[in-house]
Amino acid sequence: MQSSSLILSMTIWVPILAGVLTLFLNSDQQKNAARWVALAGSLFGLAVAIPLWMNFDNSTAAMQFVERTSWVSRFNINYALGVDGISMLFVLLNSFTTVLVVIAAWEVIQEKVSQYLAAFLIMSGLINGVFSATDAILFYLFFEAMLIPMFLIIGVWGGPNRVYAAVKFFLYTLLGSLLMLAAFIYLYNVTNGSFDISDFHRVALSQDVQIMLFLAFFASFAVKVPMWPVHTWLPDAHVEAPTGGSVILAAITLKIGAYGFLRFNLPIAPDASHALAGFMITLSLIAVVYIGFVALAQADMKKLVAYSSISHMGFVTLGFFIFNVQGMEGGLVQMISHGFISAAMFLCIGVLYDRVHSREISAYGGVVNTMPKFAFFAVFFGMANAGLPATSGFVGEFMVILGAIKVNFWYAFLAATTLILGAAYTLWMVKRVIFGEVANDNVRTLTDINGREMLFLSVLVAAVLVMGIYPQPVTEVMHVSVDALLKHVAAGKLN
Amino acid sequence: MPPVIIPVMNFALAAPEIFLLIMTCIIMLVDLYSAEENREGRLYFLSLFTLIVTAIMLCMQVSAAGDSAGIGFAFNRMFIIDGMSVLLRIAITLSVAMVIVYSRAYLAARKLFSGEFILLILFATLGMMVMVSANHFVSLYLGLELLALSSYAMVALNRDSVTSSEAAMKYFILGALASGLLLYGLSMIYGATGSLDVTTVAKIIEGSRANDPLITFGLVFVVAGLSFKLGVVPFHMWIPDVYHGAPTAMTLFIGSAPKIAAFGFIMRILADSMGGAVGDWQNLLIIMAVLSLALGNIVAIAQTNLKRMLAYSTISHMGFLLLGILSGTKSGYSSAMFYILSYTMMTMAGFAMIMLLSRTGFEADRLEDLKGLNQRSPWYAFLMLMVMFSMAGIPPLLGFWAKLAVLEAALNAGYTWLVVFAVLMSVIGAFYYLRIIKLMYFDAPLDASPIIATAGFRGLLAVNAFGLLALGLFPGALMTACLNAIQRSL
Repeated sequence: MQSSSLILSMTIWVPILAGVLTLFLNSDQQKNAARWVALAGSLFGLAVAIPLWMNFDNSTAAMQFVERTSWVSRFNINYALGVDGISMLFVLLNSFTTVLVVIAAWEVIQEKVSQYLAAFLIMSGLINGVFSATDAILFYLFFEAMLIPMFLIIGVWGGPNRVYAAVKFFLYTLLGSLLMLAAFIYLYNVTNGSFDISDFHRVALSQDVQIMLFLAFFASFAVKVPMWPVHTWLPDAHVEAPTGGSVILAAITLKIGAYGFLRFNLPIAPDASHALAGFMITLSLIAVVYIGFVALAQADMKKLVAYSSISHMGFVTLGFFIFNVQGMEGGLVQMISHGFISAAMFLCIGVLYDRVHSREISAYGGVVNTMPKFAFFAVFFGMANAGLPATSGFVGEFMVILGAIKVNFWYAFLAATTLILGAAYTLWMVKRVIFGEVANDNVRTLTDINGREMLFLSVLVAAVLVMGIYPQPVTEVMHVSVDALLKHVAAGKLN
Repeated sequence: MPPVIIPVMNFALAAPEIFLLIMTCIIMLVDLYSAEENREGRLYFLSLFTLIVTAIMLCMQVSAAGDSAGIGFAFNRMFIIDGMSVLLRIAITLSVAMVIVYSRAYLAARKLFSGEFILLILFATLGMMVMVSANHFVSLYLGLELLALSSYAMVALNRDSVTSSEAAMKYFILGALASGLLLYGLSMIYGATGSLDVTTVAKIIEGSRANDPLITFGLVFVVAGLSFKLGVVPFHMWIPDVYHGAPTAMTLFIGSAPKIAAFGFIMRILADSMGGAVGDWQNLLIIMAVLSLALGNIVAIAQTNLKRMLAYSTISHMGFLLLGILSGTKSGYSSAMFYILSYTMMTMAGFAMIMLLSRTGFEADRLEDLKGLNQRSPWYAFLMLMVMFSMAGIPPLLGFWAKLAVLEAALNAGYTWLVVFAVLMSVIGAFYYLRIIKLMYFDAPLDASPIIATAGFRGLLAVNAFGLLALGLFPGALMTACLNAIQRSL
C-alpha cells in the first residue's frame, strides 16, 4: 500500500472546480473563454489521473492511493478514497472521455455554453468520486449528486421529448438508489456503526439477509447498467440527450452499474450472488439476445446504438455471474472497450446530426460520396461494435464466451449469437447510412469532417486498436483484484 | 405556623425572554410615537436588534446554564434551561429574524409592514421560546396559546383579502379545537398522576402507572392535539388552506419557526413527561407517519399552486420527522431535531423565492410563475435548484443528511418496513420537486420582468440557499450540536 497522496482527490476536485469556474463565464462574449477554461480543466483533470496508471502496483488487491479523513463523526462517515485494479481504469476512462466531450461540444453547443460545459466537468469529478469512494455514504453522495447535472444536461440541451426522458431517467435511478441507501443503513447497524465498504465485505450475514441486500443493490445497479427489463429509460435518455450526454451516459454511467455489482453485490452478498446467479444470467442473456433483435428493428440511429449498449452490457453482467477469471476480466475489458466504442458511435452520429439535424437512418444514404473521411471512421467503429477481431470489441466478448463455455455450453452459445446479431444491426445501419446512392439533397451538400472532429475520432481509433491488439497491460492491472474478489465470493459469508 | 416556602425564581435564567418582552413593549411605544416616514425603518431595525441580541444572550447560556449536567430550572420548576431548549430557542430567534428580513419588502408593498405585524411576530417568538423551555403543563400551554393567538391574527392581518380571512377563520377554529383536545388530554393525565410538573409526571409514569388506562386515554388526546400543531395526517386539514390563503410572508413564518417550537413542545410532552409510556405513543406516531408520508407526497403532485404544493410537502416532511421521534431513543430525538432545523432552512428559502418573484398586486404563487427562471436569472434559478434538491433529499445538500439521520434512527429501532415505505414515498416526492426544476430550467419564461430585491434580501437568500450546500458538505457540526443538545436534556 502506498503512502497517502492527494491524486484521487485531485481527479475529483480539479474538474469540479474547473466546472464552477466555467459557470461564471456565462455571458455571450465569454463563450470562447468558457470553452478554453473547460478544455484546460478537462486536460488538467486527465493529467492528474495519469499517475494512477504510472504508479499503480499490479501485485496487490488492496486499495491504493488511499486517503482518509473523518467527515461526519456523528455517523462515523469518512472521506475515504482508494482504487484497486477494478476501479482504477474507470477513473482514467472517465477523465479521458471528459476531454472528448468538451472538444465535441466546441462549435456544436451555442446556447448556455458555460452551463453545458460546467455540467459535464462537475459530473466528471463526481463520477471519479463514485469509482474511488471507499466509504458507502461518500459513494452514495457521488452516485446521487451525479444525477443533478445529468438531469439538467438531458433536460436543457436535449431533443424534443427531453423533459419526459429527463424525469424518467431521474426517477428510475432515484428509486433504485434509495433502496441501496436503506441497505447501507442496515449494514451500518449490523457492523456496529461503520460505513466502510471493506467492513461491509467482511461482516457475516445470513442467507435471507444477503438475498434482501442483494435485491436492494440490484434495484440500484440493474437500473444503471441497465439490465432487461428495467432498461426502458435508456433509449429515451440516449435519444433525447445531446451528443455529449449520450457519450457520457453510454461510456461511463452504465459502467457505474456494472462496477456496483462488483463492489457491492458480489462481495457483500456472495452466497446470495451464487443463489441468484441463474436469475442474473437469464436476465443477461435476454439482454444479449432479445435486445439484439430489438436493435435490429430501430429506425433511429441513436436508439439503435442505445439498444446495442444494453446488449453489450448484458455481456458484462453475464461475465460477472459465471464466477471465473475469464468471465470477470472479460466483462471488465468489455466495459472499457464499450466505453471507447459507444463514445465513438455516438460522436459519429453527432457529426451527422450537427449537419443534417436528423437521427433517422432513412434520412441518409450514400454519405461516403460526400464525406469519405468520415465514412472511414464510421465503418471502422461499426466493425468494432460488431466485435471484429483486432478491435477491442472482440477481446471482451471472446473472453466472456470462453468463460461461459466452461460453465455451460448453452450460455456460451446464446452469448455468441451476439457476434451475428451485433454484426447484423451495426453493419446494416452502416450500409444504409454510409453506402449506396446519395439519398437526398441534404446528403449531397454535406461537408466532410473538420480537424477537430478528426482529432477526437482518431484518438478513439487508436484506443480501440491498442486495446484490441495488446490488451495485456489492462488485464494485468485488474488480474490480482479480480482473483481476490473471486476467492472472497467463493468463500462465502455463512458461518 | 407552617414554614413559608419561597419559590426559587432564578430570573437570570429567563433573561432572554424578559429582554424580548421588554423590547417588544418598547417597540410598541416607538411605533406609536414615530412619524409615518421613518416608522418602517425603525420597526425593522429595532425588531432585528431585539432578536439578534436575544440570540446572543441565548448563546451565552450554552456555556453558562444550570448545574453540572447543564440543566437549570426557574420559576419554581415551571421553566427549564437545558441543551434542547437553548439550541431550539437560538434557532427560533434566528429564523424569526430571517422572516422579518425576507418579508419587509413584500409586506411594505402591500402596506402590511406595520407595528402590529412586528408586535405579533415578537409575541409569537416569546410564546415559542416558552413552549420549548417549559417544564410544566401550564407553562407549556401558556406558550402554545401565545404563539397560536398571535399566528391567527397574523394570518388575518390582510383584512381586505377574502382568502386570508377565510384561512384565518379555519386556522382559528381548528386551532382552538386542537388546544381543547390537548387540554382535555392533559387534564386526564393530571387526574391519573396528580401533577402538572413534567418531571414529576415522568417519574410517576415510569413507575408503575404506565399501563393505567386513564393515562393511555389522555395520551390519545394529547397526541391528537400535538399532531394538529405539527400538521400531520389526519390532523393536517388546515395546512394547505392556511398556507395558501395567508399572505406569503405569514406562510413563511408559520412554516418555519413554529415548527421548531412544535417539535420542542412534542419532545417536552411525549419524550420528557411520557417517556415511560413510549410503547403507547409510538404506535400512534407510526400510523400518522405512514399517512403523512403517503398523503403529503401523493397529493402534492396534483397541486398547481406553489404554496399549496409546499404545504403538502410540509406534511410529508413532518412524516419524516415523526420517524425520528417514534424511534424513542436519544439518537432518534437528535435526528429529528436535525431534521426540523434542516427543514426550517429549506422551507424558508422556498417561500422567500415566492416572495422574490412577487410584485405589487401580483402573487407569484402558481407553478407557472417559475417558468424559465433560468433564462430570467441563472443565479436565482440555481438557488432554487439547490432548495428543491435539498427538499428531495439529494446529496450533497442538507436535506439528504436529514433524511439519512431519521432513516437510520427508524431502522435502528427495528422498523425496516417503515424505512422502505418512506424511501418509496420520497421517490414520489422527488417527482414534484423535479417538476419545479423542470419549469425553471427547461421551459420558456412567461414573464420577462426583471427580478428586483433589496440587498438584504438577496444576501440572506444566497446565504440561506448556499447554507444548504455548505451544511450538506459539512453536516458534522450541526449533527453533533443536536446530539449534544439532546444528551444535555432531561
